[in-house]
Amino acid sequence: MIQFRNVKKSYGKKTILDNLSLDIKAGEFVILIGPSGCGKTTTLKTINRLIEPDSGEIYIDGKDITKMDPVKLRRTIGYVIQQIGLFPNMTVEQNIAIVPKLLNYKKEEIDEIVHHLLDLVNMPYEENAKKYPSELSGGQQQRIGVLRALAASPPIVLMDEPFGALDPVTRDSLQEEIKKIQKKLGKTIVFVTHDMDEALRLADTIVFMNEGKVLQMASPEEMLQSPAHPIIKDFLGKHMNNGNDAENMVASDFMRAKVLTVPKTKKTLECIELMSRRDVSSLIVVEDDDTYCGTVSVDKIKAQGKAGKEIAGLVTMESMTVNRNSNAQEAFELLIASPTGYVVVLNDDNTVAGLITKTSMAKAMGEALWGEMTQ
Amino acid sequence: MVNLFSLIVEHMVIVLIAIGIATVLGIFLGIISYWVPYLDKVILWIVDSLQTIPSLALLALLMIFFGLGNVTLIVGLILYSLLPIVRNTYIGLTGVSPHLKDAARGMGMSKLQRMFRVELPLSFPMIFSGIKIATVTALSIAVIGVLIGSGGLGFPIYRGIQTMNFPAIMKGTIPVVIMALVFDFFMSKVEQKLVNRAK
Repeated sequence: MIQFRNVKKSYGKKTILDNLSLDIKAGEFVILIGPSGCGKTTTLKTINRLIEPDSGEIYIDGKDITKMDPVKLRRTIGYVIQQIGLFPNMTVEQNIAIVPKLLNYKKEEIDEIVHHLLDLVNMPYEENAKKYPSELSGGQQQRIGVLRALAASPPIVLMDEPFGALDPVTRDSLQEEIKKIQKKLGKTIVFVTHDMDEALRLADTIVFMNEGKVLQMASPEEMLQSPAHPIIKDFLGKHMNNGNDAENMVASDFMRAKVLTVPKTKKTLECIELMSRRDVSSLIVVEDDDTYCGTVSVDKIKAQGKAGKEIAGLVTMESMTVNRNSNAQEAFELLIASPTGYVVVLNDDNTVAGLITKTSMAKAMGEALWGEMTQ
Repeated sequence: MVNLFSLIVEHMVIVLIAIGIATVLGIFLGIISYWVPYLDKVILWIVDSLQTIPSLALLALLMIFFGLGNVTLIVGLILYSLLPIVRNTYIGLTGVSPHLKDAARGMGMSKLQRMFRVELPLSFPMIFSGIKIATVTALSIAVIGVLIGSGGLGFPIYRGIQTMNFPAIMKGTIPVVIMALVFDFFMSKVEQKLVNRAK
């Protein structure tokens, strides 16, 4: 059990922790989350006294930690950081053994711990123990970082955005592993992140902080159901979706806005050249006043066009069009039916707004389902 | 020939003793500069100024306290060698990644444990390169020790100059150059290994 009582910390005029009081139950996976500068990392670092509060008390199992020797205190608390921080001059085995050695464990005992821990994350001793950190992948390094924190069986483990620098796939598997380990070993884990996905996935309790205060402390379920503050709602963002959005979506939500248009006075060879340069097989043709006129395909120009002639005569209306405010479902159906494989989106004044292609549709649907895509 | 060989050995011994002492003292001063706020500027300023004193003047000055002979030369060489070693130790220690320092502190290492298990080992490539510079420099500076009555390869060179005997000058100079090159070559090899390992 970790208790914060009226903990204050400020740097100059800037208040970092504003009279913070907080109870963390033993054996829980507690996530500190909030916008940057909210004091989550500072809170974490006051627990192992890497940062000393200006006032207030912090108790671990009823003992005031300010009265303890900080070096001894830290040996009883695991610590994992985002930058991993494995010592490059030590092997994997030596890195894991650091705290047991500081605590003067016997050599056989340390050997056993290292073997056992490497087993726990499926990194066989024979293959990995003698390697230097630089020989491991980022994910493996952080696995060792976690093992190092667990080596002396501390009841509490502090983790400061431990998976923040890893790629999504590695992050997933490490999250799974840490959750398993936490359950299996019954650790109290205090975990800082700014990633709500991670928080919802791992936490027994989420502590949402802002400006040095706790805004809400609740289970993931509870927080999703009734976020106590607009900022929290913001953070939960896409997780709050409950399906209504799809009905409100319109054609313009699905389109690619930057499209290439040509005036119908353009010459045939120029158009072919342009298409090959942009790697497209047809162009959207507009009238002199920018309103939609039709499309022209490369095949059509090749079959019927004459060099040096304007494309006006070759423009067809075979492509489907849709108003930008039409229902998304309608646009979707048109796309499926469209012989050209795309739908042209028009503004109310009949100028071209964009293009719905299968790719843009798939991307928009993906975002609606799983949130903002990175690519 | 026997005479030349013993001069080379003497020259090398003088330099190695000086570098040995300068290394211990230099690393110590480097650690102090790193640990004690404000003292870093003072210490670095002192070792910096030491190196600006012309070597001949420094030896003459030391002669007042230590008399003629090898001891004076060794003390002079130590003072000269301090700068690269102290400076590189200081740069090495301050250059250790703050994350590693944070991790070491967070795991419950005391200040001394952090120094000897993490900070010094990680700075060692940098420190070693300081020792290399000091050694190569000391090998050539040691030649002027002859003027304050110490041994080594300065003797044949000085004698050669006085008697206008060119072969004698060469007899002293060539071994000094070769020694400096050999030390530089092998120490650079070691340095490269250390740097590679630290990656």
